Amino acid sequence: MFKNILFNRPFEIKRIPGFQSLALFTFACLYGPILILIVYSFNSSSSLGVFESFSFRWYVAAWENEKVQEAALRSIYLATIAATIATTAATMAALATTRTKKFRGITFIYVVINQPLMIPEIVTAVALLVFFAMIKIATGYQGMMYLIIAHTAFCIPFAYLPIRARLESMDLTLEMAGADLYATPWKTFTRITLPMIWPGIIAGFMLAFVISLDDVVISEFVKSAGQETLPTYMLGQLRRFITPETNAIATANIVVSVILVTGFFLLTQRKK
Amino acid sequence: MTTTFKIDSDDSAKKAANVVRKAQSKDIRKRWLLSLPALAIIFFAAAGPLLIVVIYSFLEPGDYTGVIWIFTTENWFNVVMERDIFDDNLVWADAHLSIFWRSIKLSLVTTVMTAIFGIPTAYFIATRSPKSRNIWLFLITIPFWTNLLVRTFAIQELIRNKGVINKFLQWVGLTNEPIEMLFTDFAVGFGMTYVYLPLMVLPVYASIEKLDFRLVEGAYDLYASRWQCFKKIIVPLVRPGLIAGSILVFIPCLGAYVTPRILGGGHQLMFGNLIALQFGQGKNWPLGAALSLTLMILVMIALIYFVKVTSSDEKKNV
Repeated sequence: MFKNILFNRPFEIKRIPGFQSLALFTFACLYGPILILIVYSFNSSSSLGVFESFSFRWYVAAWENEKVQEAALRSIYLATIAATIATTAATMAALATTRTKKFRGITFIYVVINQPLMIPEIVTAVALLVFFAMIKIATGYQGMMYLIIAHTAFCIPFAYLPIRARLESMDLTLEMAGADLYATPWKTFTRITLPMIWPGIIAGFMLAFVISLDDVVISEFVKSAGQETLPTYMLGQLRRFITPETNAIATANIVVSVILVTGFFLLTQRKK
Repeated sequence: MTTTFKIDSDDSAKKAANVVRKAQSKDIRKRWLLSLPALAIIFFAAAGPLLIVVIYSFLEPGDYTGVIWIFTTENWFNVVMERDIFDDNLVWADAHLSIFWRSIKLSLVTTVMTAIFGIPTAYFIATRSPKSRNIWLFLITIPFWTNLLVRTFAIQELIRNKGVINKFLQWVGLTNEPIEMLFTDFAVGFGMTYVYLPLMVLPVYASIEKLDFRLVEGAYDLYASRWQCFKKIIVPLVRPGLIAGSILVFIPCLGAYVTPRILGGGHQLMFGNLIALQFGQGKNWPLGAALSLTLMILVMIALIYFVKVTSSDEKKNV
């Protein structure tokens, strides 16, 4: 079967010499570095260069490292809250901007929602640094709210897109039927609309979650002292000294992303 | 009688129109209210703070950090010019200009490299059977959603002096000394190509998938060679996807921060790192603000250019 995937040439006209080998080479290049990283995370040696034997030593070390624990928990906490708020706000905005004829200001809403995607991340990061510095001086508050609101803001467009896609492909007649049968607007929403767009909402939440979990630039500039997230902790490690422990953390990170993306993939596939 | 009737019908028509208009404006008001939380959050924590950056770019830097509220255009001069310490003459700020040049150069190289590897890959995926197509697409998306930092770290591991590539080269006997790849422009370009490749593949794939292969068949029937067919039929039809991919690769490259910081070390700075430096060790916030806006202007110029290319394409097609 695998042979079939690789060497299936249904129409000779579609073949361009060299493209297949170049494509397979590209796939190898995409996965090679990641696989090497994963293999070396199971290295028992404390040297990065030589692979001695298979062991979970560095996973245990990472697991027992309090700084890693703390940063990982903070990352998950942050991603959960930011993705939840972002998905709620994005669902509301998606409901407001789909299935309607153009009204004044709809373009403005689109532009604002997609704005975080269009501005280079580093610019948003320094802008937030400056703005939050003002608030910190004025109020003295140093807590997690800065990270939460910053993450929520750049997660909104990622949550918005799949929900909007789902809404646009939805059948309007079902809601009308609900209304015809004397359902209140709220009942129509909770009984018909919400269950139908639910896969889109979950997909949006997962994307937002991954995006928040992976963010390093904005977190690096917004975090107050002692608020390391896993990516900023790793960035700090990369600057100083790399141990195989970093490989283990990176591998765990890859596994989480793969699980979430697979879930996202399955959810959006079923729709079609 | 007839006149009163006329007035009546006029009246009710107006009333009906009024009711519709009221319902419409009520609907629009509801839509604005629903969008409000998203708009407020983004305005507070993404769009709004940019206004402060604009203001800061016209203020004097404070002694240690922050700003002094005195209006000046000095920061904008300092983006490209420098005052000579001895005779106060304005000279080009070579340090900044070389960083701008490196950013643009590396972003262009990365865009071209992702196209060279991305087009065949996208073409390969698009010509698979629909079922296996999804699997290949999935394989492209996985690295895309994997942490950028982790992927950059993987490249760092690969090209270190004691990394896999150098060990392999030494083992084969091509070189005795490890080739220094880390902390060079090559490393940054290589890393960005690796990291941003999926952003090229996906839009190109989308346009190849829509490609009508009967056109290709027609070209072959008319004795076109494979190369002619690729150049004259496939490339023009895939151009919109290629342009979209170029935007998606070029623009994040221009503002890249993580990849050049890790793979370029402290020396091969790019635009993003120069900005970060002003808010870190440099402690010159207003200059950093002016540099940030310069980056945004460059991004806008690139976007406008790409949009123009696309719209002139569309005109040609009509």
